[in-house]
Amino acid sequence: MPLDSGAVIGPFTVAYQTYGTLNSDRSNAVLVCHALTGDQFVAESHPITGKPGWWSLVVGPGRVIDTDRYYVICANVLGGCMGTTGPKDIDPATGRPFGVRFPVITIGDMVRAQKLLIDHLGIEKLLCVIGGSMGGMQVLEWAVRYPERLHAAVPIAAAARHSAQNIAFHEVGRQAIMADPDWRGGDYYAAGVRPTRGLSVARMAAHITYLSEAALHRKFGRNLQDRQALSYGFDADFQVESYLRHQGITFVDRFDANSYLYITRAMDYFDLARDHGGALANAFRGTPVRFCIVSFSSDWLFPTAESRAIVHALNAVAGNVSFVEIESDKGHDAFLLDEPEFHRVLHGFLDGLSGRVGVRRS
Amino acid sequence: MPLDPGYAPDRPQDIRVDLRLIAEMVEANARVLDVGCGDGELLAELTRAKGVDGRGIELSMAGVHACVSRGLSVVQGDADTDLRDYPDQAFDYVILSQTLQATRAPKEVLANLVRIGRRAIVSFPNFGHWRVRLALLLQGRMPKTSHLSYEWWETPNIHFCTITDFVVLCRDMDIEIEQSVILPRGGRVRRMKPGWQANWLGEQAVFLLKKRRG
Repeated sequence: MPLDSGAVIGPFTVAYQTYGTLNSDRSNAVLVCHALTGDQFVAESHPITGKPGWWSLVVGPGRVIDTDRYYVICANVLGGCMGTTGPKDIDPATGRPFGVRFPVITIGDMVRAQKLLIDHLGIEKLLCVIGGSMGGMQVLEWAVRYPERLHAAVPIAAAARHSAQNIAFHEVGRQAIMADPDWRGGDYYAAGVRPTRGLSVARMAAHITYLSEAALHRKFGRNLQDRQALSYGFDADFQVESYLRHQGITFVDRFDANSYLYITRAMDYFDLARDHGGALANAFRGTPVRFCIVSFSSDWLFPTAESRAIVHALNAVAGNVSFVEIESDKGHDAFLLDEPEFHRVLHGFLDGLSGRVGVRRS
Repeated sequence: MPLDPGYAPDRPQDIRVDLRLIAEMVEANARVLDVGCGDGELLAELTRAKGVDGRGIELSMAGVHACVSRGLSVVQGDADTDLRDYPDQAFDYVILSQTLQATRAPKEVLANLVRIGRRAIVSFPNFGHWRVRLALLLQGRMPKTSHLSYEWWETPNIHFCTITDFVVLCRDMDIEIEQSVILPRGGRVRRMKPGWQANWLGEQAVFLLKKRRG
């Protein structure tokens, strides 16, 4: 498969999970796109951590994306580390892991790989492509690149381009990984080590951006961790420090540092308007896709203004768009959490969509 | 924006009449944009009864949530700022129901309505109604009626006009009034010319408008 960079990749593997049953006219397929550190285990316990699926609040029997009704597909992204070909896999040319010799991939490349999967599954037209954060970027890419292959697109807490601030945060994470001596220029696999300290710091920095000041304050305040007084040292005195360290340490068990480099880069490169003559509206001209765009009020990583820019572009071409900003103080991560209003809106949109498309029970 | 706060199902009967009148003006299978669509009552009715391809803009989040939850295509937005994004004649009808008086720049909004829509349908409460005039004359206080129940210092309705005011504005803006319907207080719907009599008797008015295109 040709990549946006000009390189070619293949043969490659796409690891995916499905939930529910494809109905006889293949009209009930919902493709879920995962975020930066997500994977295909949307609605089942994670094979490494044993934790519930990352969107099990939304996807499952009787849930908003009801697997008794819809056939849900989720694939690990290209460059990932949960089964789809990525930098930790063996380069057939050398017989050694790719490391940083893996080609740089883009959101467009991820979507092209997913489209091959959808072709393989024999699905002519997806009912809906849905995802949050980087998943939302893939949703937008799907709608723009293959508008005839989906009825509806639901980008959540997303943007049509990655902002300078977001690129900056990603760069901090990448530098932390590359500064770890165990990174070894990306060739740590054979040495039997992993840049866990660097990756863990990258995760800690990123994790702050997924929350909000209000959420951090509510959760931790200035509370001390397992102690009555300040230690006058650099232990994790505060609960928030302890929490972040825990986030960092547990993350490295399930994620490959080189994958983190590649996937953050793919997000940095994402800019739909640039790919369409600098005007986002051009990307959507004549689109038959119904859009439902959702943002969260306290999300400062992908703020409402980014979603509104997409809405404005769709309005400019008289596209079919719904847009809702959900009031929440939980920051960017709100899309993963228990947000009843968000779930109600999503349910209503999907229900209306299924009625219009005439989705039969599986 | 509704005249009454919230989206109670027991909205005054006359507002429901107003929506029904608007629905009657819309041709089947048209492309419709409802500006200030509230909880989507009109859009849902137009979709059901007329098979329109409907969209909405609504300022209040509660309204947008209600609309999207019932499967309508509605965006959170503001008539004053968000209409300029839409291309010319993108819709067959652009509807502004009971919202004109709450906009910051009604003239600009009106210009956008007849630009975006081949036709525009506008309804508003008439401040020339005899009860309003009488209230001001006799009590010397800002009028309040059954469906304009806000105090002057809290009302979102910042640009009231009379039927005559509106007719004059349309004339100045080269907008043709194709139909006008007057709703007297508690009375029967009257299709009458928007003259002095309508201005006395009409508690609300609904206009079907079209920009004269040279």
